[in-house]
Amino acid sequence: MLQIRRDLVDAIWAHARRDHPDEACGVVAGPEPAGPPERHIPMDNAERSPTFYRFDSMEQLKVWREMDANDEVPAVIYHSHTATEAYPSRTDVSFASEPDAHYVLVSTRVPENTEFRSFRIVDGEITEEPVEIVESYMFTHTGADDVPDRAAERD
Amino acid sequence: MAVTVSIPTILRTHTGGEKSVQAAGSTVLEVIEDLEAKHGGLKERLVKDEKLHRFVNVYVNDEDVRFAGGLEASVADGDNLTILPAVAGGMR
Repeated sequence: MLQIRRDLVDAIWAHARRDHPDEACGVVAGPEPAGPPERHIPMDNAERSPTFYRFDSMEQLKVWREMDANDEVPAVIYHSHTATEAYPSRTDVSFASEPDAHYVLVSTRVPENTEFRSFRIVDGEITEEPVEIVESYMFTHTGADDVPDRAAERD
Repeated sequence: MAVTVSIPTILRTHTGGEKSVQAAGSTVLEVIEDLEAKHGGLKERLVKDEKLHRFVNVYVNDEDVRFAGGLEASVADGDNLTILPAVAGGMR
């Protein structure tokens, strides 16, 4: 399940609507190892295309280094589809490279659409997951220091 | 020539979970060949038809090697080589 704060959802929608008809893309960083999503980072779509997106490579390096330095991970990787539904395309699946991220899709095909969907994409398999939009992460951890170090167990 | 190579999450299965490994070489290709010798399977994830895979970004320090000679880009002792899969997709 993806639990995400309403202000982050609103920020993703604002970005998607601003860039329509081009696809919008970005990241919401969260503390290692698994979130919750905290810090919205709208990215440039280097392709500036209504049918394709790609993070600008230099911006990606800068943002990934920042996350590394902050002990953050890309908890959410989002993009918009501007003429099709909010579901991962074959292209999305073939490029999905963060097995621990929530891949969020929104569709701006219809202006009143509010479909905000989240998927795990691992080894070419798409698994949709429920999305819970919350006002705050009141009962969840708020910083990396509060999260037990599960990386050691995982490795 | 020793360089430090940052390995992205998705390729860490090839490095036993290590985020960062040491390798040697004076060009990006030589570093990748050395990585392949130590951590088999990495090269085919990075190189296709003797070119850098279109959806893999490789940086020497702060420079995207795509704009600096690709696989022939030179690497010096002490450099950092960062591998990041491009984040990309599309509607089709």
